[in-house]
Amino acid sequence: MNQKHSATDLEATSNGIKKARGHVSQNEGLIFEKSVTGKRGIEFPPLDVPAVDPAKELGAKFAREGVEGFPEVSEIEVIRHFTRLSTWNYAIDLGMYPLGSCTMKYNPRVNEFVARLDGLATEHPSQPDAVSQGCLRIMHDLEKCLLEITGMDAASLEPVAGAQGELTGLLLIRAYLESKGSARKKVLIPDSAHGTNPASVVISGYEVENIKSNERGQIDIAHFRQFVTEDVAALMITNPSTLGVYEENIAEIAAILHERGALLYMDGANMNALAGITRPGDFGVDVMHLNLHKTFSTPHGGGGPGAGPVLIKKILEPFLPVPVVREQNGKFALDFNRPQSIGRVRAYCGNFGVLLRALAYTLAYGPGIRQATEDAVLNANYIRKHLESFYDLPYDLPSMHEVVFSDARQKKHGVNTMDIAKRLIDYGFHPYTTAFPLIVPGALMIEPTESESKEECDLFIDAMRAIAAEAETNPELVKTAPHATRVGRLDEVAAARKPILRWKPRQHLDTTPHKIATTTVVPTA
Amino acid sequence: MRYLPKSQSERREMLHAIGVKSIENLFETIPAKYRLHDALKLPGPLSEMEIIDYFKARATENSCGYTSFLGAGVYQHVRSVVTDALVQRGEFLTSYTPYQAEISQGTLQAIFEFQTLMSQLTGQEVANASMYDGSTALTESVLMAQRLTRRHRVVVARTVHPEYRQVLATYAKHLGIEVEEFGFAPSGQVDAASIRADAWKEAAAIVVQSPNFFGVLESLGPIAETAHQHGALLIDCITEPLALGIVKPPEEADIVALEAQSFGVPPSYGGPYVGVIATRDKFVRQMPGRLAGETTDGAGRRGFCLTLATREQHIRREKATSNICTNEALYALVVTIHLCLLGKEGVRELAAQNLSKAHFARDVMKQIPGVTLPFSGKTFNEFVMDFPRPVKQINEKLLVEKIIGPLALDKYYPGQEKRGLMCVTEVTPRAEIERLAAAVNKILQSGT
Amino acid sequence: MYPSDFRYTKDHEWLQVSGATGTIGITDYAQNALGDVVFVELPKVGAKLKAGEVLGTVESVKAVSEVFSPVGGEVTEVNSELANTPEKINQDPHRSAWLVKIKMDNPQDAAKLMDAKAYQEYVAEKEKEQTA
Repeated sequence: MNQKHSATDLEATSNGIKKARGHVSQNEGLIFEKSVTGKRGIEFPPLDVPAVDPAKELGAKFAREGVEGFPEVSEIEVIRHFTRLSTWNYAIDLGMYPLGSCTMKYNPRVNEFVARLDGLATEHPSQPDAVSQGCLRIMHDLEKCLLEITGMDAASLEPVAGAQGELTGLLLIRAYLESKGSARKKVLIPDSAHGTNPASVVISGYEVENIKSNERGQIDIAHFRQFVTEDVAALMITNPSTLGVYEENIAEIAAILHERGALLYMDGANMNALAGITRPGDFGVDVMHLNLHKTFSTPHGGGGPGAGPVLIKKILEPFLPVPVVREQNGKFALDFNRPQSIGRVRAYCGNFGVLLRALAYTLAYGPGIRQATEDAVLNANYIRKHLESFYDLPYDLPSMHEVVFSDARQKKHGVNTMDIAKRLIDYGFHPYTTAFPLIVPGALMIEPTESESKEECDLFIDAMRAIAAEAETNPELVKTAPHATRVGRLDEVAAARKPILRWKPRQHLDTTPHKIATTTVVPTA
Repeated sequence: MRYLPKSQSERREMLHAIGVKSIENLFETIPAKYRLHDALKLPGPLSEMEIIDYFKARATENSCGYTSFLGAGVYQHVRSVVTDALVQRGEFLTSYTPYQAEISQGTLQAIFEFQTLMSQLTGQEVANASMYDGSTALTESVLMAQRLTRRHRVVVARTVHPEYRQVLATYAKHLGIEVEEFGFAPSGQVDAASIRADAWKEAAAIVVQSPNFFGVLESLGPIAETAHQHGALLIDCITEPLALGIVKPPEEADIVALEAQSFGVPPSYGGPYVGVIATRDKFVRQMPGRLAGETTDGAGRRGFCLTLATREQHIRREKATSNICTNEALYALVVTIHLCLLGKEGVRELAAQNLSKAHFARDVMKQIPGVTLPFSGKTFNEFVMDFPRPVKQINEKLLVEKIIGPLALDKYYPGQEKRGLMCVTEVTPRAEIERLAAAVNKILQSGT
Repeated sequence: MYPSDFRYTKDHEWLQVSGATGTIGITDYAQNALGDVVFVELPKVGAKLKAGEVLGTVESVKAVSEVFSPVGGEVTEVNSELANTPEKINQDPHRSAWLVKIKMDNPQDAAKLMDAKAYQEYVAEKEKEQTA
C-alpha cells in the first residue's frame, strides 16, 4: 500500500516529469453530508391549476411524506460540489488517454451542441412519424454512412452498447440458421477476445468454444479448419485483434466458415484501424457491430452511454430487430411489420442522442475519415518504435492502431504492468490498458488514437522511458505509485469484503474534514 | 482537418522515425485486394457551421411548436441549465469508466451518490451504477431472479410497459425462461387472482409496474405476499420515478427495475436514458452492472472504487451475471445532479404539481361529452380515457392544430383503438390542456 | 507445508478423510494464486455432489475460482464462518478455513487422489513453469 511521502521525497521522484506539476485539489464530502434542512437548489413557476393535496388524494395506502435522506442544498453548493468532484478526474480534454481497445479520441464539442438543439433533444419517441421526419432522416443518413464505411448491406441502430450489438448480431445468426433448418450449437471465440464476447454468446443461447491463437497471435488456419464442424454457428473475431494486429487470413477464415454453412461475426471494437482503408463487408464478414463511443467519437462520460449498431449482409436482413427506418419517396417511417424479426432488444429506437453525435462526427470528416485512421496507426507505430528497446514486445507482427508490450523486463525488478500504469499517472497521463489481452501475461496495451499530436506522443514516450529506468534504479518508487494523486492506491480488498455501496446517516457521523490535506503536494517540473 | 493535431511535415517526420517511406507501408498486412483505392462515398467534410446548419434543418422537420400529451414511459419534465453546465465539464464528459480509481474519484463519488439516491428513492437497500434503460433493467432483473431462485418461469402483468415486455421476450427466448402474462381488473390494477395456479409453480418472479402503463398505482403489499408464499420474487418496474416523490416506495419488492429519464434527461427520441436496478443487500452478488464502493487508501483517506467486479464479464466471461459493459454513466450523473438540485422539498413539490395538473386535466377531459374514464384506480400524471371514436382519427385532426394527442393504446393492445393514454406534467400549461379539451370536443361534435 | 494426512487434486483442493466423512478445502498454493480472498460461495447442507462437480466458488478482487469436489457425497456441514471472515482462507487454508464436510459415497475413492508428496512435486512443477 501507499506510503506517505514528504514534499522533499516527492521532489526527488519528479525528475524529468514534464507534463504535470502540483495544483491545489479541494476537499469535498458527500452531498448528503452538506445537507441542511430547508435549503433547495431549484424553484418552479407557481401552479396554474388548483392544488391537490397528495395525502388526501392518494390516501394512507399510497401517500409518502417525502424521500427520507434526500439532500437539501442550494444551487451554488450543487455547482461547487460537482465542479470540485470533476477536478478529481482525468479526461481526454486534459491529455492523452492511451487505453488500448477503448479508442479514447477527441469528442468534438459541436456534437454536444447539436445533440441539445430544440427539435432534437425534445422529441418524444412515441410521437407520430409525420412530426419525426428530422430524427428519422438523421438515423437514415447515419445508416447510409456506416454501410459505406463497412461495406455491409443493412443495419440496425437499436443496440445501445457494444455488448448489446454482439447479442443482437448473434440472435440474427441464430434466426438465420434456424430458417435454414438448424440453429447449431457453438460459437468459436479466440482466446484474445473481449470478455463481453463469451458473455453475449451465452445469453444468445449458444455455447462458447475457445480457440487458441498461434505463436504469432493469429488464428492458425489448419488448426481452425478442424474446429469448424456442423455444430459451429459462427466465429466471433476482433479484427484487428486485441493485439492490434490485422488477422492476415481473415478472408480465408470467412471462406472456411461459409463452406460449412457457418457465419463470420466481427467485433468492430477496433474499427479505428480500418475506417477508410478496408471494409469488413469486402473481406467476408457477415455480421458486425460498431462501437460509436469508440470509432465515432461519442463521449464515454465516465462509462457510458454508447451505441452498438449492427451491420449485416443481405441474407440476415429479414431478421433485423424492430423497428427499422424505411425511406419511401423522400418520406421516412419506422417499420414494425417484420414477421421474421428477432424482436426488440431495447424500448424505442436506440440511443438516438449517440447516433446523432456519430453522424456529426462522420459529416465532419467525410471521406477524410481515412486520414484519421492513418494518423491513429501512425501514432501507434511511432510509440512502438520509440519504446520497443525499453519494453518487451511479445508478438512482433506489424501494429495497426495499438501496440501491446509486456512487463517481462520490468518484472525482473519486481515491477509489474499495474505499477508502471500507476506511475504513469504521476507523469500526467492516464494509464494504458493493463493485463489485457489475456494471452499476454502482464500486458501493456497502448492505443494513442489519431487525436494525439507529435508533441503529446513524445511526452508519453519520455514518460514511459523514464519509468523503465525507474523500474531498474528505484523500483519501490514505481511500486508505490501514484504519489501525486489526492488518494493513493485504494484498499479494494476491504471494499469487496465488506461492501459499503451507499451512504447512510449513522455510518458517517464523522463529517468533519477527512484526513486529506488541503493541498496535495505534487512533484514539480 | 481541425480534429487532427498534425502538420504534413510532422507526419513525414514520424514516418521517417518509424523507418518507413509512406503511410501505405503501415497497412501492408492488409492484402492489397482488400485495400480501398477510391475515397469512400460519404457526405462532407463539413465545417462546424455546416454541421450545425444540417442539424438545425433536421430539427425543423420534427415537432417544434407542437404541444404533446405523450408519456407512456418517457416524460417531459423541467431540466435545469445547472445540470447541463456541469455534465458538459470535460472531466465528466470525456473520461472513461473509472477503473483507475486514483484519477477517477470525481466519477466514482458521483456514482456512489447516485446509488445512494436511487436506494433512498426506491426504499431498497442497494442500487447499481446504471443499466442501459428501463426495458433492459427489467429484463436483467428477471435474469437475476432466475439465478436467485433457480426457477425458469416469470409471470408478467400486461400492465407493464409493452415495449419492455417485448425486450424481455427477446432475451427470454434463448435462456429457457417461460414468460406468462396476466391481465388487469376494472380498477386498471393487476388482477393477480387471474394468474393460473400452475403458473405460480416454478415461478422465479412476478413482474408488475407501478404506476403501471395505464398510469394506475398498484398495491404491492398483497402481490408481494402471494409471490413469497409461492417462493417467487416480486419485481416492480418503474417508468415514472417522479411519482415516488409523493407515493410510497416499493419496499415490498425484492427487485426494482427503474427508468430514471424523468430526472433531468431529455426525451431525445428514445435515448440515451438511464436504467437502474435496486434490490436487497442479500441479493447484491447476483445483481448485474457496475457498483462503486467506499474504502480507504494506504494513508486512511476515504476514497471510492469499483467493487464486486467478479460478477462482471471482463472477469467471469461466459459465467458473468450479464454481458453489460458500457452503461449510461453520464446520464446517471445527470440524474444525480438533478436530484441534488430538487432535493427533498423539490422532488415532493414537483411530484405534487404533476398530480395536481393531471387531476385538473382528467376533470377537464371527462367533461367532454362521450369521453369516459375506464379505470377507477389512483393515478399520478397519466390516465386512460375512452373515446367514442378511434383515437388515431382524433389524433390526426389534433395534429393539424399542432397538438400531439393521447397515445392510441391499440398500438400495443389490439382492439383497444378507442382508448387513449394521456400524460400531463408540470411543463404542460393549463391553457394547452384547455386547448386540447376544446379541440377534442370540436372534433367529436363535428361527427366526421 | 502440505499435511501428510490429506489427499490432493490437480485443481488444488484438499480432502481429509475421517471414517465416512471427508473435509474439503483449498490448498495454500490455491489461496496464494488467488490473492486476498473476499468472498466464498458454498453449497447448502444436503446438496449431493459428484466427484469433479463444482461445489462452490472462491473470489478475490479480480479473480474467481471454482472449487471442485474431490469425491462424491452429500454435504453434511458448511463452514459458515467464512461468510464473514473470508480472509481465513488466506491465513489458515488447511485447518480452520475448511469449506465443507461431506458424507462420502465411497471413502476408498480418496486413494485415487494425490498424497502430500505427489502434490508437493506437482506444485513445484507448476511453480517452475511460471517462472520459466
